[in-house]
Amino acid sequence: MGKNANSDGVKKKEQSSVGKFFSWLGYDIKEIGLTFTEGDWKSRVSYLIMGFGPIMRKQFLRGFAFLAMEVLFVLYMVGFGWNYLKDIGTLGTVARVLNDNGTYTYNDDSFLILLYSILTIITICAFILVWRMNLRENRNEEKLLKEGKPLPTIKQDLHSLLDSNFDKTLLTLPVLGVFVFTVLPIIFMICVAFTDYDKNHQPPTNLFSWVGLENFKNLFTFGSSTAGASTFGSTFLIVLSWTLIWAFFATFLTYFCGMGVAIMINKKGIKFKKLWRTILVMTIAVPQFVSLLYVGKMFANDGLINSYLMKWGWISERIPFWSDPILSKVAIILVNLWVGIPYTMLIMTGLLMNIPEDLYESARIDGANGFQMFKSITLPYMFFVTGPFLLTQFTGNINNFNIIYLLNQGGPTSLSLTNKAGYTDLLVTWLYKMTVNDTNYRMAAVLGIAVFVVVAGISLVVYNMLPSVKDEEGFQ
Amino acid sequence: MKSMKTKRAVGNAITYVFLIVLSIIWLFPFVCLFLQSFRSYNENGGGMVEYLLPKTFSLDSYKWLFSGESQFVRWYMNTLIIAVFVAIFQTIVVLCVSYALSRMRFKGRTFLMRFWLILGMFPGFLTMICLYFLLKQFGLTQEGAIPGLILISVASSGMGYYVTKGYFDTIPRALDEAARIDGASRARVFFTMIIPMSKPIIIYAALVAFMNPWCDYVFASYVAFGHSDSYNVAVAMQRWLWTGDYQGYFTRFCAGGILIAIPVTILFMCLQKYYVEGVTGGAVKG
Repeated sequence: MGKNANSDGVKKKEQSSVGKFFSWLGYDIKEIGLTFTEGDWKSRVSYLIMGFGPIMRKQFLRGFAFLAMEVLFVLYMVGFGWNYLKDIGTLGTVARVLNDNGTYTYNDDSFLILLYSILTIITICAFILVWRMNLRENRNEEKLLKEGKPLPTIKQDLHSLLDSNFDKTLLTLPVLGVFVFTVLPIIFMICVAFTDYDKNHQPPTNLFSWVGLENFKNLFTFGSSTAGASTFGSTFLIVLSWTLIWAFFATFLTYFCGMGVAIMINKKGIKFKKLWRTILVMTIAVPQFVSLLYVGKMFANDGLINSYLMKWGWISERIPFWSDPILSKVAIILVNLWVGIPYTMLIMTGLLMNIPEDLYESARIDGANGFQMFKSITLPYMFFVTGPFLLTQFTGNINNFNIIYLLNQGGPTSLSLTNKAGYTDLLVTWLYKMTVNDTNYRMAAVLGIAVFVVVAGISLVVYNMLPSVKDEEGFQ
Repeated sequence: MKSMKTKRAVGNAITYVFLIVLSIIWLFPFVCLFLQSFRSYNENGGGMVEYLLPKTFSLDSYKWLFSGESQFVRWYMNTLIIAVFVAIFQTIVVLCVSYALSRMRFKGRTFLMRFWLILGMFPGFLTMICLYFLLKQFGLTQEGAIPGLILISVASSGMGYYVTKGYFDTIPRALDEAARIDGASRARVFFTMIIPMSKPIIIYAALVAFMNPWCDYVFASYVAFGHSDSYNVAVAMQRWLWTGDYQGYFTRFCAGGILIAIPVTILFMCLQKYYVEGVTGGAVKG
């Protein structure tokens, strides 16, 4: 069940886990105390000098590892972390100083201060955990010695990394990678949503600083501003509603059309099944930037489609597929069918074959026709099995950058929309434009949080409504 | 009986018509792409034209791609290098994470899974500037964009373990237990039992990882900004189409597109079986 099972778990567990967390915390603090009162002097010294106990008990590998971490932590804090952490309240006061010879000396860099402060705070938390591990290690060793058992040797320690502790070996690097390149940047960007980091406040020339909830207020100002252009809030609503409409159509149209195609190919008596499938699968195989850019040009004003329709005399004026808001929305949804149907078809083909044949057999005996069988056997079964898939498709479409951006770059743009948004922009493509073209990081960060809220909200609500979650045995 | 047969025949005929129409729609853009790539440069200077069949076939555009005038070969190699390395390392990372999460029960396991799930709900582009900055600290932007892009793709790949873990979950645990009773360590079980049994899913993971970099436009253009030696094909070729003088580059784009599409498509078609297995399993398990 992977992905979605967990999203459900998060919510359910949250209520009970708050209480659990505090009882665990209380227990933990008690144990820290007990380790001190019941422990020998070696353990007590370990409160200050990490790894002292293990080293004295000849557990050199563990002991020196703890000691090294403490030394590294102190060096890091003194030489690096503290310099940034102390400025986190202001994010810097002096950006640069003009020297006598006309050059600048750069002083505070808000970007660095914010980023490294976050890093330092997380490092401190991690260090507290390591310190706690160090105490537990002491307690365990004392316990083992009291019971007269031998302490593990270095060889055993190392071997356990391939056996009972193999998870640590496997997960250390991936978790570290996710931490540095996903967690840290996300926390940073969430913080940026509360600052005025934009093109007027670009480090290192200028500083940016905390502005509280101002950006979120901006997100929720509706109506027209004095300049005539719409406010950020109204544009946001337009983009958000198109994002949801798009995700709805993109998901369900491809779903039903894909199912239809799969049923057609699977039909008894149809030959060359493999050939049909292979032809459709071409759109998955060919890199999207080639196919989508090309198809985008086909629909252009001077593109093949318009040219041929003109030549055949079907239209007298070129159809403005990419400059009319409504037409471009329709065109994008249609092209998405072209991209999405094969993928759905592949999945459906596998599932359709899993439907027990005797269900159809008995329906046929009862005199049901093809459509009735589809309505009361195929469809309910498919909905039941593909519920989670539909959900991931929907949230995936909310973030479907490629198709929107490669076809039309979110256009057509309009003066009545702020921040260069276009009528087919999704929240993510708008976010991208704001980051790259406008360097309006503060609002981009707010938009990113908005996307998260939308995706997380939909996932939680829908997941609890899915039939396969409510009634797991339904079709078994 | 006879009416049933004719009914079925008519039904099948309609279905065939449908499938043929669909096939034409699906293949049409690729046929166009293919034909246009052979249009002579003398026709309208390689721009877009109002007809499909070239009046004179030639290899002008292909010749140009391989001439000194364009850096196409370099971009192609860049993308190939990224794709190969990402495919290798990403698969390794995903396998490690999946095995640990599927087979081992350790403290913080559910926390880790939930935490990653929530992280995955943030849009990827949100963190672009921060990632750019981090890469810059390591000197992995502009000139160093290729290793930088590999690093970024591989570093966060642990979060994409769902399909592989789902596959591992279907391998009976009894096999592991039996081997462990015989004294095999976890690592041994992983390397000598689980991995050989997971060939389909390994191929699936590697295939998906290999195909992604060919479409990576967003981050690649940001990281390699202004340094054309480090472009990948997607970044470089979309510039041909989106700059004001795309008219001069249209057939070249088509030719480049064909050169990219053919090897990737052949590879995909050969491994299609594994791909289908992967997406079907992944979709049902969520």
